[in-house]
Amino acid sequence: MLFHKISVAEYTLLLTMPAQSHCQNKSATLTTRRLFLAQSTSAISCAFIADRSLAQSTASSPPGASPSDKPNLGTIAWVNATLLPVDKPRIPDGVLVIAGGKISAVGSKQSTTIPSDATRIDAKGKWIMPGLVCTHSHIGGMGAADSSSPIQPGVRILDSINVRESGFRRALAGGLTTINIMPGSGHLISGQTVYCKLRYFEQSPRVVDDILIRDKKGEPIGGLKMANGTNSQGESPFPGTRGKSAYLVREQYIKAREYQAKVAAAKGDASKLPPRDLHLESLVEAMQGKRIVHHHTHRHDDIMTVIRLSQEFGFQTVLHHVSDGWKVAKEIAAAKLPCSIIVIDSPGGKLEAKDLVFRNGRVLDEAGVRVAFHTDDGITDSRLFMRSAALAVRAGMDPDKAIAGLTLAGAEMLGLDDRIGSLTVGKDADFAILSGDPLSSYTRVLETWVEGQLAFDLSKPQDQLFAEGGLKAGSDLDPFLCCYAQAWQGGAK
Amino acid sequence: MRAIRLEIFVASLILSLPSHALLAETVLIVQAKKILTAAGKTIEDGTIVCVDGKIQAVGKTAEINIPVDAKILKCEIVMPGMVDVRTCVGLSGILNIKHDSDQLESSSPLQPELRAIDAYNPREELVEYIRSFGVTTVHTGHAPGELISGQTLIAKTIGNTVEESLLIDGRAIAATLGEGSTKAGKQSPGTRGKQMAMLRALLIEAQEYKSKLAKQTEAKPDKEKDTNKDNPSEPISRNLKLEALVDVLAGKKALMITADRAQDIASAIRLADEFKIKLWLDSAADAHLMIPEIKAAAIAVLLHPSMARASGAKENLSFQTAAKLHAAKIPFAIQGGFEAYVPKVRVILFEAAVAAAHGLSFDAAIESITISPAKILGIQDRVGSIEVGKDADLALFDGDPFEYTTHCVGVVINGQIVSKEN
Repeated sequence: MLFHKISVAEYTLLLTMPAQSHCQNKSATLTTRRLFLAQSTSAISCAFIADRSLAQSTASSPPGASPSDKPNLGTIAWVNATLLPVDKPRIPDGVLVIAGGKISAVGSKQSTTIPSDATRIDAKGKWIMPGLVCTHSHIGGMGAADSSSPIQPGVRILDSINVRESGFRRALAGGLTTINIMPGSGHLISGQTVYCKLRYFEQSPRVVDDILIRDKKGEPIGGLKMANGTNSQGESPFPGTRGKSAYLVREQYIKAREYQAKVAAAKGDASKLPPRDLHLESLVEAMQGKRIVHHHTHRHDDIMTVIRLSQEFGFQTVLHHVSDGWKVAKEIAAAKLPCSIIVIDSPGGKLEAKDLVFRNGRVLDEAGVRVAFHTDDGITDSRLFMRSAALAVRAGMDPDKAIAGLTLAGAEMLGLDDRIGSLTVGKDADFAILSGDPLSSYTRVLETWVEGQLAFDLSKPQDQLFAEGGLKAGSDLDPFLCCYAQAWQGGAK
Repeated sequence: MRAIRLEIFVASLILSLPSHALLAETVLIVQAKKILTAAGKTIEDGTIVCVDGKIQAVGKTAEINIPVDAKILKCEIVMPGMVDVRTCVGLSGILNIKHDSDQLESSSPLQPELRAIDAYNPREELVEYIRSFGVTTVHTGHAPGELISGQTLIAKTIGNTVEESLLIDGRAIAATLGEGSTKAGKQSPGTRGKQMAMLRALLIEAQEYKSKLAKQTEAKPDKEKDTNKDNPSEPISRNLKLEALVDVLAGKKALMITADRAQDIASAIRLADEFKIKLWLDSAADAHLMIPEIKAAAIAVLLHPSMARASGAKENLSFQTAAKLHAAKIPFAIQGGFEAYVPKVRVILFEAAVAAAHGLSFDAAIESITISPAKILGIQDRVGSIEVGKDADLALFDGDPFEYTTHCVGVVINGQIVSKEN
């Protein structure tokens, strides 16, 4: 039993959380999920059970265990570095101290006390920033929903991930520490996403459980992938138009509401509960804010459709790609939806992305929209993730906002900003040590640390292989993405 | 030193012309804190004088007389207009739909007769897009994906018709080895062995056609005899497919073979050796594993974009390949390549920047998208460096061209300001 089996009581609790069903509530922002989690911290024993079962099934350290249980998590202090804490201004002559897998001090040389037992490392000339957070990635040989139907919210991507796929190592070489592994965009609802930490230490992860990010109950955390526009259209039973796409989604969420009401009416009486429906359960979780909706959308009118649906059903939404975002920036800001945008070297490739521009990030940011970037790996290479932010700066985006777009903003969009995304005391010791300014094309990632452990070291030949490429550094298969395959077969949708 | 003196001498000749000539629209002055000439030197505080579309003088600003009232463009850094050594832009369009996708005809695996000139759209938005980053010349044409997909051409990224844009028609024939051009089911080619068998058979046919043509020309040197009804021998019917390959056998066209995996690179070299043809090795993801073989074959590499995806046939690609080819003194250029999806076109400026961050020297990286591709393509007398007598094709920047946050502030083609980065 790799995952905590849900009890009837928890099942009822899960499904009867108040839905944020109206637009007044949609601004119940990304903290909602955390509030929910805070209310259910009593289930520590469940986490313990989950951990123990994992410890039996794998030789690696149990996921979710306290970092202080792990070896090699001593106190380390980097001094003389340029620090980019992200939640505070840049510190030119900074000190970063980690202990027990967490950040224990961040500050200037003058104001920071270094514990006497700390291992000191001189980081003169180097820059340290939080581990990069990618809100949208397709590495790991993943695949969730299949081609049988356009709406499959019950399908979990975590059941498909190959932790030995080289993409994880390449992502570490780009300074990434947290990724949201997403199904593709060939469905209206293509399944549950999963948030992962790149725990690739001396002992590599053996099974997907070793890289999951878990809540306080020990359960894996993830979102729900949705899409509109042309990618999710197709031959029946897939929708052929935008109107049909929206209808099919609304129909399902209405069913999910009814399901939720039946569960609530059963009041924990197992004999009165409706038959468990994994698809509807997932949509209920979305409406409760327990599962953030990560919504692929490009064209301006498709963006407005996402806003409309998220307001109708109260699901908490992050807009992804958002190629036309700059055309409806005010509307996105008014709806208080964050945007995880993609930066591509040229527009087009399909009609709905023909107006994609480098200035998208700037325009959205200036309109008051929270902006993060994502790799969409294999669309862009995780090793060059910083480049996305830099190209946004090229088009006028504020550099600090762009750096936040690689880190803290992404953490917020995954609902994980209480743990990751900035160099803040108490957060996970996830960070990248760079040769210079992250916005420079010449800068290299020297080391990537995850939860206080070194996960990538450019000076090691094996890590260098993944940073530079070479024999066996890549993936023997082309990315499994519907849109990509279709393009090769004669034109994108 | 001699070269510089000569240029200044030429400059002074031009500048001593009557002033009305200088003030014509055809005069453009470009001044930069640094001129990256791609001709072996960098000029600090330099000036370039462009007259009638050509570079008439280049040198230190202090040593060149600037005509009063001449239009002057100033910038931090100016480099030669970039030359994309292998792209499909103009055949492959921004929308990626039937209407604008003419890069690959899949009705047959062997179609060397397809001309790029009949398919290139000079007004394609993506041509304008790459131009805005300083790409002024493209070697474009049929895409990888069929054993022989068709021909290529060389064009400037300006012009309303292909004729206006064109530098050279039919420069190369594009072929693909490996999984990129194998077919499923019972269609051929289904294997690597079959690919080579089909290519060899067709080239042998072309050899025979070539010798028949030669004999016919020998037998009937007088053109008028051709129409003589009394002549007993049948004239050879024209065969466009074989004609195109005769050009390859005669060295008039290069055979550009897309080959990523090491065994496909070896096959390409074997084929070129057997038929004594000019081979350009395209994409070549495994080139870093095949340095001695490529070096020994004395061929040029049209290297895949640095940011190409490390998957499928390109699973072994390396950011360091450009640096390794340079170190081995193998002629190479970094290409924009073909993309089936996104980004629909790649900008060689960005691709070279990544190579420059992974071991390739700054100067070599500049050369890999300017003079090196010009030399490989055989157009180095026209473009690729900032030298007197060459086309006035320039890319102006407000800083290091390879820095992500720098801007291309002006692009000049044939002495005319044509665009700048949006």
